[in-house]
Amino acid sequence: MIIPLEHYLIFGAVLFTIGIYGILVRRNIIGILISIEMILNAVNVNLVAFSRSTSASPETGQIFAIFVIALAAAAAVVGLALVLALFRVRKTVLTDEITLLKW
Amino acid sequence: MDQIFVTLKSGILDQLGRFLPDWALVVHSVLISITAIAILGPVTMMYLTLLERKVVGRMQNRPGPNRVGKWGVLQPIADGIKMLTKEDIVPLRADGVLHFLAPVLIVMPALLVFAVIPFGRNMTPVNLNIGFLYFIAVSSTSAIPIFMASWGSRNKYALLGGMRVIAQMISYEVPMVLAAVPVLMLTGSLSTNDIVTAQSGWGGLQWFALTPWGFAGFIIFFLCGVAECNRSPFDLAEAESEIIAGFHTEYSGMKFALFYMAEFMNSFTVSAICTTLFLGGWQGPGFLPSWLWFFLKTYSLIFVMIWFRGTLPRFRIDQLMGLAWKLLLPMTLANILIAGFWHFTHGWIKIAGSIALVIASYEGLVRLNQRYTPEKRVYTFAE
Amino acid sequence: MISEMQTGIQIGIYLVMALSVFAALAAVNLPNIFHAALAFIGTLLGIAGIFISLRADFLALAHILIYVGAVMTLVIFAIMLTQRLSDPNVRQHNNLSAPAFLGGLAFLTLMAKLIYTTPWPVKAAGTVPHVSVMDLGQALMTTYVFPFEVISVVLISALLGAIVIAKKDPL
Repeated sequence: MIIPLEHYLIFGAVLFTIGIYGILVRRNIIGILISIEMILNAVNVNLVAFSRSTSASPETGQIFAIFVIALAAAAAVVGLALVLALFRVRKTVLTDEITLLKW
Repeated sequence: MDQIFVTLKSGILDQLGRFLPDWALVVHSVLISITAIAILGPVTMMYLTLLERKVVGRMQNRPGPNRVGKWGVLQPIADGIKMLTKEDIVPLRADGVLHFLAPVLIVMPALLVFAVIPFGRNMTPVNLNIGFLYFIAVSSTSAIPIFMASWGSRNKYALLGGMRVIAQMISYEVPMVLAAVPVLMLTGSLSTNDIVTAQSGWGGLQWFALTPWGFAGFIIFFLCGVAECNRSPFDLAEAESEIIAGFHTEYSGMKFALFYMAEFMNSFTVSAICTTLFLGGWQGPGFLPSWLWFFLKTYSLIFVMIWFRGTLPRFRIDQLMGLAWKLLLPMTLANILIAGFWHFTHGWIKIAGSIALVIASYEGLVRLNQRYTPEKRVYTFAE
Repeated sequence: MISEMQTGIQIGIYLVMALSVFAALAAVNLPNIFHAALAFIGTLLGIAGIFISLRADFLALAHILIYVGAVMTLVIFAIMLTQRLSDPNVRQHNNLSAPAFLGGLAFLTLMAKLIYTTPWPVKAAGTVPHVSVMDLGQALMTTYVFPFEVISVVLISALLGAIVIAKKDPL
């Protein structure tokens, strides 16, 4: 650890917050997906920082980060497939134009 | 002779050490390696263009470039001057930033992968312990600049070309990595240096390509490498007869030259990694220096690439995808299994088991790739 | 000399952090979704740099390979397929910017307070061993072999599901 653990955690928290902000303000579903990926990445930063500084078995954090990456990839694939299917049917990817449950 | 470049570098560092502090020496050591790579990359590219034009020319029964200098050796320099003085055209509706950044960024991964290639004994610029993964990771990022170029040009042909490149790169990356897995598995290391050292037996001739699984892996890896750098017969991305020039339709002058440069440097690095993984890297019988062995092998692979271009017609897009997913991918998976079996059993079990596995996977592959033909239907009409 | 080099590395890390936060801000704020995706690639590369500073080299390269090489490529592919080439003036943000910004700021302050008040059991520098690729592989194949297998099932089902969802004609 060249710089203190807290700074890594703050960095992770900032990325997490930006991701949440992105989810709240984006209209485009793909933009929302990007923000979700950002949140997962912020978590990864924290996991790796913990594994480097506090953990009893140092590889645990990295392995969890690998799992998170794999799950994020799966989520992105299914999400993008949904976006494409939606675009084919409704011709839009903007969330506030997809009001299927409203009448 | 073998260590000439290493001695040269340490000699320069010794001279610098007389009047520079220690930390500056570390920086200079890095700088010398970077300079060597930065010179090697473009020079390789320039002379590969000449080599390609000459070889293709001979194959088509014409002399190739022979006007500038003896045998046309100065042709690349003339080309460079021509490229530099050409007008730089940007389409009116283009996305300026992306259109400008794409050719700059596409050279970066092509140059970065030079860092882990073992050019000779003690001549790996950076000896990463995960060198092969570095190569795969960095070369996979070169899809992004291509996207930027095709999207930034605002041209339908560029967009089509970009789509084709990405589909092709994603598909061929999978069998490429899987073809290299047996090597990594048996070496037990991702470091390019260790992989070369593992092939040092038999007086420098114990190459992985000389084992059955290694030969299969070598062929698959090389084919995927050719597809990764968009060379014919896999050059659908820039198929001139279909989509003009693909993603670099709207580029002219030096920007176009940068795309060209990235493509040639990619074909060099892919050949170099292929040499490292399967052809023993710089290993070879001792009568030639190690770096000469390395460049000989690499250039013969590049020659095969040019030979492909001179001989084979272009694939169709569905044939291209089918080749990657239906043929190469199952073959690499079977190859991993066979490599493990070959390595961890002995005697007649090894031979018999491997042959049985080959036959079984061949049967399976043929069955899976059979075209679905419905039975002939007979209609009986009510009369 | 050692301490000078360390200061240099520290400055480098903070610089990478600042750049990736900047790129992340660009990724959520840029009006052009394609530019936003490219900015997010910048963030991803910055995070890979942070991983390297934590001496997780394997993870950093796997991160680049999976995110930049695969996930973001897919995202950009989806952008190309869903965006018309000529619709630059569609609004990409809704009216929630101000409340979302305030909420995010409140959340961030809370997190910062939590991070700085918690006594982290940080080990002294140099006592945590370096994790090699081999350690990771062994842990994956022994302690974490069950989640590893589950992940493979999840991935294959995601693959099949994506194909079924995105297929043009119903099966």
